[in-house]
Amino acid sequence: MYIQRTVFSEEHEAYRDTVARFMDDELVPHHAQWEKDGIVPRDAWKKAGDIGILLPAIPDRYGAPGGDRLFSSIVIEEQAKRGLSGPGFTLHSDIVAPYILAYGTEEQKQKFLPKMAAGEMIGAIAMTEPGTGSDLQAVKTSAIREGDEYVINGQKTFITNGINCDLVILVTKTDPSQGAKGVSLILVEATRDGFTKGRNLEKIGMKAQDTAELFFDNVRVPVSNLLGAEGKGFLMLMQELAWERMQIAIGGIASAEGILEETIQYTKDRKVFGSPIANFQNTRFKLADLKSQIQIGRVFVDKCLELILKKELDASTAAMAKMWCSDLNCKVIDECLQLHGGYGYMWEYRVARAYADARVSRIYGGSNEIMKELVARTID
Amino acid sequence: MFDRTIFSEDHNIFRQSVARFVEEEMVPYHDQWEEDGIVPKSLWLKAGEAGLLCLTVPEEYGGAGGDRLHSIIVIEEMGKRNITGPGFYLHSDIVASYIINYGTEEQKKKWLPKCVSGEVILSVAMTEPGGGSDLAGMKTSAIRDGDDYVINGQKTFISNGHNAGLTILAVKTDPSKGAKGLSLLLVENDREGFTKGRNLKKVGMKAQDTAELFFDNVRVPASNLLGEEGKGFIILMKQLEWERMIIAAHCTATAEAALEWTVEYTSQRMIFGSPVSNFQNTQFKLAELKTELTIARVFVDHCLKALMEGTLGNETAAMAKLSASELLGRVVDECVQLHGGYGFMWEYPIARAYADARIRRIAGGSNEVMKVIIARTMFPKADK
Repeated sequence: MYIQRTVFSEEHEAYRDTVARFMDDELVPHHAQWEKDGIVPRDAWKKAGDIGILLPAIPDRYGAPGGDRLFSSIVIEEQAKRGLSGPGFTLHSDIVAPYILAYGTEEQKQKFLPKMAAGEMIGAIAMTEPGTGSDLQAVKTSAIREGDEYVINGQKTFITNGINCDLVILVTKTDPSQGAKGVSLILVEATRDGFTKGRNLEKIGMKAQDTAELFFDNVRVPVSNLLGAEGKGFLMLMQELAWERMQIAIGGIASAEGILEETIQYTKDRKVFGSPIANFQNTRFKLADLKSQIQIGRVFVDKCLELILKKELDASTAAMAKMWCSDLNCKVIDECLQLHGGYGYMWEYRVARAYADARVSRIYGGSNEIMKELVARTID
Repeated sequence: MFDRTIFSEDHNIFRQSVARFVEEEMVPYHDQWEEDGIVPKSLWLKAGEAGLLCLTVPEEYGGAGGDRLHSIIVIEEMGKRNITGPGFYLHSDIVASYIINYGTEEQKKKWLPKCVSGEVILSVAMTEPGGGSDLAGMKTSAIRDGDDYVINGQKTFISNGHNAGLTILAVKTDPSKGAKGLSLLLVENDREGFTKGRNLKKVGMKAQDTAELFFDNVRVPASNLLGEEGKGFIILMKQLEWERMIIAAHCTATAEAALEWTVEYTSQRMIFGSPVSNFQNTQFKLAELKTELTIARVFVDHCLKALMEGTLGNETAAMAKLSASELLGRVVDECVQLHGGYGFMWEYPIARAYADARIRRIAGGSNEVMKVIIARTMFPKADK
């Protein structure tokens, strides 16, 4: 028994059915293999494109579904509640593509968005450098203008979709003498000379998600690859932070709901000392506590979604949602793993993978310390 | 931190040689072992030669005749380097002790010298699919047939399962009974019908082999019985304080190391133009952890001293296991966070420590079982 959700329409629910069916048929059965491979095959991306799961909120004139951000939310939720941490759809669809839509020239949009919607072209965004993390102003990768070209030098790390990507939105300094004001975004195709992909990084979890180092050694791109205006990169990156953070919150709550449901079933089935684990008061109280918190998180997230649709969600409220939901998801998974006993530590159990996957959600997308900083600023 | 007072000069010298061995023979290879999912037998032989295995085995059986603090030193030196692959303490300090305490003279002579040398690796098989902490509910049976026992059943989550040359198997010799029907049998690898299943993939502990074992009409001679028939449960319960202290000591050593790594990392790593360690959040989080760790260290050492004196109570050992494993969980979680994105990357020790640590709240009696034991001391009659 949960409070009825009210943000979605009939049309959304029909889309959810399609998404859910696609994931059950095409993603769930292969995810274990992809974890071994450390990457999701391009073929899965194409299938997702065919069925209309990529770029859900990009207009249909670019070959995309043309939905609103609730369509994107549905994909995030259905993926998260199945623990499908491999395919980097959300980054591609709801972070990379919106930059191109918002700041790209019509030529750039025509060139990239339809292929991204079809899953023929996979997008990534490269911000972090070794030693920078959340501190974008300290970016060292440079793009120096030379005639009609930029010459790019530098290195990036922790890049999601980094191995699969065909197109990278690269955060560079076009004016290395400046801080934030020197930052520009440049579209770099994977085929450019001097652009190489490094190791696929091994992580605690997110095993099927390719996370790469990228190297740029005198990479030349035409100035027409600049996204938006020179020196405006930092501002552009700040623009949609509320929505980008909500994506993590949405995934966090859906993941927590999925794990709770699975654990309720597990504790009913599994007997210890002659009685189902679900009969012990410790189990019942732990689960009651988690269910209460998930319900509260769900209502808060749905409220934020309403505000997103009205374009009224402010950065600090989104920061609260990101921080609170990622914390909650980790807490839920930790408690649920404990209730699984030894099985909870075994990779074949979903809660084990979820435990390994979820830890990074308190770190990426702006670490939760950054979220606290943002919320704290509203108190000053 | 306080100076520790429980160790003698002899212990401290031993610690240096253990540290050297761990640094030279384990640290450089642990990555590879994680990829392999198992530690090679050659390491066990080297460790045997260096005198790191089965420290409490008496000299007459080839052992060093050391005490449990010698064992603790090996556990701590591995723990603080987060060397979780080699299942030494299970072999040396849990399973070998069963043989020392309950084996016949013949069994001791046959097995202990080889355990000390690392030629034979030990495991103990208790858990069954659907069993967990509930030993009395186990189903694997060993039915007497003339001079043999005939074993049927299945075990899972068996540490050292693949490497083991000798398995101490918990069975029901009288399936009609609960705990009183439980016996322990020594099962050699080459017994017909004994097969080892998958090497189970886990959240962490990647270099530790964890196996399923299957027994299909396996015959062993009655002389393979360890201790008396029907006494298995009591034998397994006898040294639980010690087993829990092993985990508590291991957790505390790892947590201390994780704090050290993080102090160093946050001192070096710059963010927004300043070391991470300059931020108040970092300092306060680490101050809290250091305080908790100092308290834990004093408590664990107190318990170890009591253990040596034979006065450690069951519930106190349960408190040590519960609190040390919970603390380790908190420490690695906070320390991953202070490492930022690097904390999620496997190449950083803190990432592995995070993945490895989670089992400590479950294995060796889950922390819920610890709470039951502690609660019993307050409500002796409420427990049915």
